[in-house]
Amino acid sequence: MSAIADSLTMLRRNAKHSLRDPVVLFNAILFPIVMMFMFVYVLGDGFDVGGGAYVDYAAPGMVMLALCYGMGSTATAVNSDMTKGIINRFRVMNISRAAVLTGHVVSTVVRTVLGMAAIVGVAFAMGFSPSANLGQWFAAVGILVLTVLAVTWLTIAFGLAAKSPESAGFFAVPLIMLPFFSSAIIPADKMGPGIRQFAEYQPFTPIIETVRGLFNGTPSTGSTLAAIGWCVGIGVVGYAWALAKFTKRG
Amino acid sequence: MTSSAITATGLRKAYGDKARGHKTVLAGVDLDVRAGSVFALLGPNGAGKTTTVHILTTLLAPDAGSARVAGYDTASETRAVRAAIGVTGQFASVDDLLTGAENLRLMADLHHLGKREGTRVVDDLLARFDLAESAGKQAATYSGGMRRKLDLAMTLVGRPEIIFLDEPTTGLDPRSRRTMWDIVRELVADGMTIFLTTQYLEEADQLADRVAVLDRGRLVAEGTPGELKRQVPGTHVRLRLADAARLDAAARVLPGATPDPDALTLRVPSDGGVKSLRSLLDRLDEYAVEVEEFSVHTPDLDDVFLAITGHQSTEAQTA
Repeated sequence: MSAIADSLTMLRRNAKHSLRDPVVLFNAILFPIVMMFMFVYVLGDGFDVGGGAYVDYAAPGMVMLALCYGMGSTATAVNSDMTKGIINRFRVMNISRAAVLTGHVVSTVVRTVLGMAAIVGVAFAMGFSPSANLGQWFAAVGILVLTVLAVTWLTIAFGLAAKSPESAGFFAVPLIMLPFFSSAIIPADKMGPGIRQFAEYQPFTPIIETVRGLFNGTPSTGSTLAAIGWCVGIGVVGYAWALAKFTKRG
Repeated sequence: MTSSAITATGLRKAYGDKARGHKTVLAGVDLDVRAGSVFALLGPNGAGKTTTVHILTTLLAPDAGSARVAGYDTASETRAVRAAIGVTGQFASVDDLLTGAENLRLMADLHHLGKREGTRVVDDLLARFDLAESAGKQAATYSGGMRRKLDLAMTLVGRPEIIFLDEPTTGLDPRSRRTMWDIVRELVADGMTIFLTTQYLEEADQLADRVAVLDRGRLVAEGTPGELKRQVPGTHVRLRLADAARLDAAARVLPGATPDPDALTLRVPSDGGVKSLRSLLDRLDEYAVEVEEFSVHTPDLDDVFLAITGHQSTEAQTA
């Protein structure tokens, strides 16, 4: 019981951090919305996404972008906890040690899901008209939450492995670039050779395709299985790595 | 409970490093700290003070040797040790984004004090440490002295039996240092055991019942501050004279003074007070002894080290 209570205490702490740091909120919620406006209103008409409104094509990709943008602050926060002395205070207290990590995981998942919900809300305001039924909505949300959980654990592992908060924050850069080299903005088959293969085989493409398919009411079993496989893989690697680093540093 | 709050036997710790090779930090340290007393571990940077604290507070396992804290083994009864101790490290470990009150509240929640008891403890500590006015401000805005106070207050939330203070006043201005000393004295009056590490002889002298001197991972002396200071030249006045004749003249009129003919200096025992300094100067004036240089010297860590180990404390410093 005390492990749950300690985790909730740590969650409250992390939530306060998120709310007090304008950069965290901006990255997690506002910036993806700005990107969405830019792509849909400024660039969208120039893209050929094979019929249909661009906002319908872009919404799942933008949701993925929202997921990635918030992660940098988690890596930085985890690393700050480990390098700035507060972890030593927690370690010599008679508390559940994993509570520190649990607090980060839960607060990151909650913050990211809120950011993604905001993006979907804005997409609706911009004319997003998915044809998913209730079950497909649940499936899409399930895949997205699974992705958030997996990427969060990987982020936490990076935060623990990095030497300083600055280098931990740098982890976000490739993560932010990854959606651009996927089918998030335009279909992979419209890309140049090399990039196209990369886009087709990197994890975000099947995840985005799965969500897009579910939103359109035309789910694809192949990409769904690939998406789940990637999420479980990333999650397990992230979790194991994070735990190993935490035990070593903690 | 036995009368010892902390005991350690043969603590050894070495760090292996591929780049720099093997480095022994602790080379067999024995400790015995009486319950309800203040014990100071005195030593320069790199002597092994923080490593000792880390071992005693379960943060680090020794390579050899064992330690009991509050009656529990630090290796096998980790949780019981943690429940009995409080640690305030060298660098204030407060949460910068939380306010002073929220930092204390965080500790109260982690100690499962409950809402009402938690609020009471937090308010008490804020008042006691003179932090009530800044309780609503983020810790990032606090001065160095306030951060240390908040840090210590956070340590006290769990009402520990034994408190470890790792260099509690390093980097503080003299006024904050005195405030910290007063706080430590109050804790002792409450019956807590304090294990303190410091680089300052004066701090050990002011606070500790017993002092151990740590040098390059070994204890080189242990005793009361008085016993330790007896091994060290006390406060004295140092006079430098222009030549040997004047040195002789000065030595003749100042009984108890020790001349150093090579350096042309004269060491005169003195308490360093205004009264005795005035009478010393008057006497030199009376006998028309011309003095080139006049300085009052109070013993510091360097003197202790020079007297006990025969080398300067800075030599033990590691880069």
